[in-house]
Amino acid sequence: MSSGTEKVEYVSYLDHQGKYKGILGWIFATDHKRIALLYMYSIAAFFFVGVILGLLMKIELAAPGQTIMKPQTYNGIFTVHGVIMIFMVVIPGLSAVFGNFFLPILIGAKDVSFPKLNRFSWWIFIVGSIMAVASQFLRSGPPDTGWTFYAPYSTTTGTSVILATSAAFVLGFSSILTGLNFIVTIHQLRAPGMKFFNMPLFPWALYATAWIQLLATPIVGITLVMLIAERLFGIGFFDPNLGGDPLLYQHLFWIYSHPAVYVMILPAMGVISEIIPTFTQRKIYGYKAIALSSLAIAGVGFLVWGHHMYTSGMSEQARWFFSLLTFVVAVPSAIKVFNWLATMYKGSIDLKPPFLYALSFIFLFIIGGTTGLLLGSVATNIQVHDTAFVVAHFHYIIFGGMGFAFFAAIHYWSPKIYGRMYDFKRANIAWGIIFVGFNMLYFPQFILGFQGMPRRYFDYLPQFQGGQLVSSIGGFILATGLFLMVRNLVLGARKGEIAPANPWNGSTLEWQIPSPPSLENFDEEPVIKQNPYDYE
Amino acid sequence: MANNVSHTTEYRTLGKVLLFLMLCTFLTITVTGIHLGPFSVTVALLIACAKAYTVMTYFMHLKYESLLLKLLVGFVFVLFVLIILITFIDYAFR
Ligand SMILES: [Cu+2]
Repeated sequence: MSSGTEKVEYVSYLDHQGKYKGILGWIFATDHKRIALLYMYSIAAFFFVGVILGLLMKIELAAPGQTIMKPQTYNGIFTVHGVIMIFMVVIPGLSAVFGNFFLPILIGAKDVSFPKLNRFSWWIFIVGSIMAVASQFLRSGPPDTGWTFYAPYSTTTGTSVILATSAAFVLGFSSILTGLNFIVTIHQLRAPGMKFFNMPLFPWALYATAWIQLLATPIVGITLVMLIAERLFGIGFFDPNLGGDPLLYQHLFWIYSHPAVYVMILPAMGVISEIIPTFTQRKIYGYKAIALSSLAIAGVGFLVWGHHMYTSGMSEQARWFFSLLTFVVAVPSAIKVFNWLATMYKGSIDLKPPFLYALSFIFLFIIGGTTGLLLGSVATNIQVHDTAFVVAHFHYIIFGGMGFAFFAAIHYWSPKIYGRMYDFKRANIAWGIIFVGFNMLYFPQFILGFQGMPRRYFDYLPQFQGGQLVSSIGGFILATGLFLMVRNLVLGARKGEIAPANPWNGSTLEWQIPSPPSLENFDEEPVIKQNPYDYE
Repeated sequence: MANNVSHTTEYRTLGKVLLFLMLCTFLTITVTGIHLGPFSVTVALLIACAKAYTVMTYFMHLKYESLLLKLLVGFVFVLFVLIILITFIDYAFR
C-alpha cells in the first residue's frame, strides 16, 4: 500500500496503527478523518431509521382511512421521523462528516484545533442519539408533539417528551462543540499564505455555519430546559394560567430553529461551490460574493424566525417586519445561485455523478427557495400554513438541498476518503431513480397543500387520494434509488478500482495529497500563493 | 504575559469586579420589588448586560485580547440586541 514516491513512508489514515487496535482504534481516535467516518456511519444508520419511518407514513397515507396504524401511532412516527432527521441527520450531516474530514485538509492543516474535543463531540452525539431513539420505547409512548415540541401541548401530553427534549439538548452540545472547534481551527490553523480570501468556499460556508451552531444552539438548549422545568415543576413560563406566554416558546424555539435551517443548508452550498468549478474546469464566478453571502445568510438568518409564527397571534407589526426580513435573506441565497450558473457558462462541463447531484441540488433548491417566498409573504402564508405545501417546501430545501448536496459530496470525495472509485454507470442510474422518486414524492404535496390538505393528519378526504397515492409511490421509488446508491458506494469503497490522487482534476488542496490521505494529511506544510480555483 | 507586579494589581481588580457583580445582583433583586411595568424587563436586561460586560472584560481577559476577538464579541452583542429588539416588536404591539 505505498505509492513509493514520497520521501516519508506513506501510510494511509485507514491503515495507520495508533495506540488502540481494531474498533477501539476508531472509538478513541482523535484523527479528524476517522471521526468524520464515525459520524458518517452513525448518521447513515439514523437516516435509514428515519427513511423507514417516512415510508410507514407514506403507506398509511396511500389510501384514506386507517391503513396500517392507529392515529396515535402516526403522531409518534411523524414526531420521531422529525427528531431523528433534524437533530441526528441533517444538522450534523455535512459539517460533522465532510467538514471534519475536509476542513483541515482544505486549509492545509494537520487536524482541527481540539482533536480530543472533536472526539468528545461524537461521543455525546451518540449518547444524545441513544436517548432520542429510547424515547420511542418508553411505556408512556413516543412523543406526539411534532419535532417542534410546541407548548402548551408539550407541557401537558402524557408521552415521553422529557426524554426526547433531553436528547435534543445533549445533541445540541455536540453541535456547539463542533462549531467552536471549527471557528478556532479556521482562525488558528490556516497554512502559511492561506488568507481568509484564499480559503476554498467550503471552509467559508463551514465558518458561517459554525457561528450559527455556537450562538443559536444554546438558545434551544435553554428553551428545552424551560419546557422540562415547566412540565416537572409547573413554573409557568408558557402557561397563561400561571402568567406565562405560549408564544414565548415559539419565539425561543424558532430563534434557534430558523438559523438551524442554515446550519443544514450553508455547508450544502459550500459543497456545491467546490464541485461546480471542478466539473466545469473554470474559476468560480464571484468568489468573494459567494464567500461573503455565507456570512450574510448567517447574520440575517438570525432575524427572520417569526415567519414560522404568522398565524399564531403575533402583533401585526411583527408580522410585516419578519416578512420583510425574510425577503431580504433570500437575496444572498440568490447571489450564490446566479454565481454558480455564471461559473458554468462556457465551462467545459463534465457530467459525472457528483456534478449531476450538484445540478439537481440547484434545480430543487430553486423550487424550495421560491416556494419559501410564498410562505414568507404573510397573505399567502395564511392560506397554506400547516398544509402539505409546507411539508413539500421544507423537503425540497432540506432533502433536495442538503440531502442532494450530501450525495454530491460523497460522490465527489469518496475516492479521496477510501482511495477507491465507484461505478459511474450504476451511480448515474441510482441518481436518475432518486431524482424521479424525489419529485414524485414531494411535488404533489405542493398541489395537495394548495387544495387544503393539512399536514400531520393521519386521514384525509377522498379528493386528496390521487395526489397522495402518487406521493406514496414516489416515496418507494426514492427509497429504491437510495438503496442502489448506497450499494454502489459501498461496493466502490470496498472493491472499486484504485483511485488516483486527483480523479476530477480538482484544484483545491485535498487533491494534491494521496488518496486516502496519510494520518497528518501533508508531508510538509503547504504554502499557498493564490486563489483556490485557478484553472485558467 | 503577567509578572508578579501585574498579578497583585490584577487580584485587586478582580476583587472590585466581584464586588460590582454582587452589587448588581442585589440591584436586580431590589428592582423586581419596584413596579416599573413594561420597563422592568429593560432594566433587568441592562443590569445583566453590565454584569456580562465586566465578566467578559476582566474574568475572561477580553481586555488583553486582540482587536479581532473584541470585534467578534462585539458583533455577537449587536446580534443579541437585535434579537431582543425584534422580539419586542411583537410584545410591544400585541
Ligand atoms: Cu424559517
